[in-house]
Amino acid sequence: MTYTPHTKRDIAQMLQAVGVGSLEDLVKVPEAIALRAKLDVVPALPETEITRRFETFAAKNTATQAISFLGAGAYRHYCPPAIMTLAMRGEFLTAYTPYQAEVSQGYLQAIYEWQTYICLLTGLDIANASVYDGATALAEAVIMAINANGRKRLLVSRAVHPNYRAVLKTYCDGLDITIDELPLRQDGTTDLSSVKETLASKDHTALVLQTPNFFGNIDTPSADIRDVVKESGTVLIGVVAEALALAALQTPASWGAEICVGEAQSFGVAMAYGGPYVGFMATNKDHMRRIPGRLVGRTVDKNGKDAYVLTLQAREQHIRRERATSNICTNQAHCALVATIYLELLGKTGLQDCASENLRMSRDLATKVASIEGCTLQFDAPFFNELVLNVHAPAKDVLAALQERGILGGLDLGRFYPEFFDCILMAATELTSSADIDALCTALGEVVHVPARV
Amino acid sequence: MSQLASEMASPLIFEQGQEGRANRYFQHGAPMTDFLPKETLREDLPVPDNSELDVVRHFTRLSQRTFGIDLGFYPLGSCTMKYNPRVNDAMANLPGLRDLHPFAPDELSQGALQVMYELERSLASLFGMAAFSLNPSAGAHAELAALLIAKKYFKDRGEEKRTTVIVPDTAHGTNPASAAMCGFKVVSLKSDERGRVGVEDLKKVLGDDTAVCMMTNPNTLGLFEDHIKEITDAVHAAGGLMYYDGANANALMGNARPGDMGFDLMHLNTHKTFTIPHGGGGAGHGPVGVAAHLVDYLPTPVVRATLRQASDSDATAVLNPPGDNGQGRPFASDSMTFALDFDLPKSIGPMRSFWSNFAHAVRALAYIYANGAEGLTKVSQLAVLNANYIRVHVAEFLTTPYPEICRHEFVASAQELKKETGVRTLDIAKALLDRGYMAPTVYFPLIVPECLMIEPTETESKETLDEFIAALRDIVETAKRNPQEIMDAPVHTVVGRIDETRAARQPNLRWTPANS
Repeated sequence: MTYTPHTKRDIAQMLQAVGVGSLEDLVKVPEAIALRAKLDVVPALPETEITRRFETFAAKNTATQAISFLGAGAYRHYCPPAIMTLAMRGEFLTAYTPYQAEVSQGYLQAIYEWQTYICLLTGLDIANASVYDGATALAEAVIMAINANGRKRLLVSRAVHPNYRAVLKTYCDGLDITIDELPLRQDGTTDLSSVKETLASKDHTALVLQTPNFFGNIDTPSADIRDVVKESGTVLIGVVAEALALAALQTPASWGAEICVGEAQSFGVAMAYGGPYVGFMATNKDHMRRIPGRLVGRTVDKNGKDAYVLTLQAREQHIRRERATSNICTNQAHCALVATIYLELLGKTGLQDCASENLRMSRDLATKVASIEGCTLQFDAPFFNELVLNVHAPAKDVLAALQERGILGGLDLGRFYPEFFDCILMAATELTSSADIDALCTALGEVVHVPARV
Repeated sequence: MSQLASEMASPLIFEQGQEGRANRYFQHGAPMTDFLPKETLREDLPVPDNSELDVVRHFTRLSQRTFGIDLGFYPLGSCTMKYNPRVNDAMANLPGLRDLHPFAPDELSQGALQVMYELERSLASLFGMAAFSLNPSAGAHAELAALLIAKKYFKDRGEEKRTTVIVPDTAHGTNPASAAMCGFKVVSLKSDERGRVGVEDLKKVLGDDTAVCMMTNPNTLGLFEDHIKEITDAVHAAGGLMYYDGANANALMGNARPGDMGFDLMHLNTHKTFTIPHGGGGAGHGPVGVAAHLVDYLPTPVVRATLRQASDSDATAVLNPPGDNGQGRPFASDSMTFALDFDLPKSIGPMRSFWSNFAHAVRALAYIYANGAEGLTKVSQLAVLNANYIRVHVAEFLTTPYPEICRHEFVASAQELKKETGVRTLDIAKALLDRGYMAPTVYFPLIVPECLMIEPTETESKETLDEFIAALRDIVETAKRNPQEIMDAPVHTVVGRIDETRAARQPNLRWTPANS
């Protein structure tokens, strides 16, 4: 099925109108580059077979049937069915970027509402109409900082999501920026004791902190540190990989973030093996003309009627080309729409209830797993919905044994932090049940070997 | 005057809510101070509560004030706005695919990995590249990945002096912007009188500082760069790499391949060519492809395939080990197992948080399944036929500056009409909105004055094209009779032309509570 409506008669008439003998003649290319290879793709299938094939693939993803405590930047949250009913409406799904404002007022208004929600959640003044995901949002924030102060070094906490740091490295290699890392404290937060000395030379473009950090811990700088950062002209970038935390915790603006970026997958967007997700980006008025990507503004039409439009486009690649603030063109409009619908359905009450349930279930998880012999909580800082459990044995082996019992116990921290090879990063959300936690504890009791007492 | 329901505005959600009008999705939570110290918590959450009905009505009304392909023809050049088959979305929403966590163990994610491997193999074959990475999030993101690959490749070869990227003046704006993000210097190349890159012009700017030449073929004028082999040969002779911008790949399938033209790097916008819905501007999906000598530089992770051998379970062979050039690598089969490989020393590293816009990989593969090689060949042929059919008719009443067989799109110019009547391309675009069509891409490429860039795609019928041609003809004739009528357009949309100057000079980018 090629989804083409042409009858033989149509094709004949159209070829005649164009003055070409055949479809092959129409697309002829020089002999030297003409296609000779046989194209190796699956032969055309009817829709019944397409469905069957993907159902087979879906069935092979048995991880979706396991009890799961995986988080680490992608979270399982409840999505009210109304989200999909609305977001999958063809007008939204099949629209292009709303350059033609007169026939895109609905989508533009939805994006304006998204921008507003991100401002209200982060406490900052301006938000863009979304970026690819949390990691690329961070990379774009760093570019903003470079454009603001022109410095060529970057200071990043080791408690920032390792995947985000890896993406930063990819981008910084291109921009010839050197990355320096801040170590961790015993309690699982960032060790900021060296910051004053490090920033004194005023050669760091930005300081990047994440809260809740990769280990789930609340990780915000003290007022003293904020002053040091500000005085040195360094841009303080706050990262949020679990957006639901914004409904509960101090706003990034209140702890000094000049730019806040993060991942809004938690707001109703499917985990989908990693994407598409939706990055958000908010900042203060000083950085308004440095913000990358699209911005929707509220204005009026020529008759004075309220209207929305893409604005400040002089920052963008299609106008500015090599002098643009970023090369970004596509954004994540549809995922941002999903997130906006989620936020509007839940409202203040729903967001607070959901955040509270995450806090309750993750504390329930912490209490129960820590009471198992051979298991201890690695950190004691306040946390949101994720925690680190030390199983005093290679986490890899413990997780493999849990997996055989139908449980995905979390992420092997040794994958990113060799010193935490015996630690598991675990998340509990409002969808985690007490029965799930009990099943995990039973299994952990079976697989964790009690260390010999010394 | 009473208003049609479909034209009704919906006030901002922040102006609708009432405290306490909440939906009950969760248990009523305990106060958060039960769980965290007060100083770590926010003081207030200033967002409204709304009933589910109010939210449903709000977004339904917003949707009715939004134009999509499902409502009408979208002749948007360079954007390939074709029909988005709904089976693709249904497949992406199968719970076994939709609910998979990116950190799920490989052995419990075999279906997802097979989707990625199959799509990667299919794209490599269709476009003649050794291998693709599905990592980048969109076209511009893939351009950045490709240029980072080029930068690293030259660094490894000790050729750091190669700092120049050549970009034709017809190129998409993302090309020079991506180059700038890798610290490359951009040299713009003027098109010749045939609307193409002149081989001799190119040779003048080639040198030992040349890193990459970025081109799209067919180019943004819809013209096939017929000297492409001479161009790629010249760039290679100068020691540079050729980059193929895949935005116009809908013209090529089953007919010619960037790999055979001599391109070393390329991207695809699967949200264009492979029917992934644009969703109002994203999410996209931008696989990046490379020739054999660049395979090791692709972003991480790479999906490795291993053939299970029934007779001896230990005797397995990785089918695409590091360094593999992709040639002759078999298509996915049920006797393979798959794994994500992150350990690639030469790789530029990851471009994004997680592996790929996987849900879009599902959609793209479903579309390939629906077509097969023959179907995709037909897709490109009919996309080209539709474009030429409109072109020959539009030439009857607007200037077509390159009057020859075009590919999937073509450009027309309203320069003459503007001189004659004062009506500009922008006015024509707005008049099309009044007649139920999306406007074409306008004022791009930059080298054609008063440019309209029209790409119909293959999914539109002859009747739709005939109606569109008639509408465009009517606009031009009306302009000659009564130019003001066209300059006043649109009048049948929910708002008229927007005060963009006010939007930019007094930016209002968010709602603000009245009491703040």
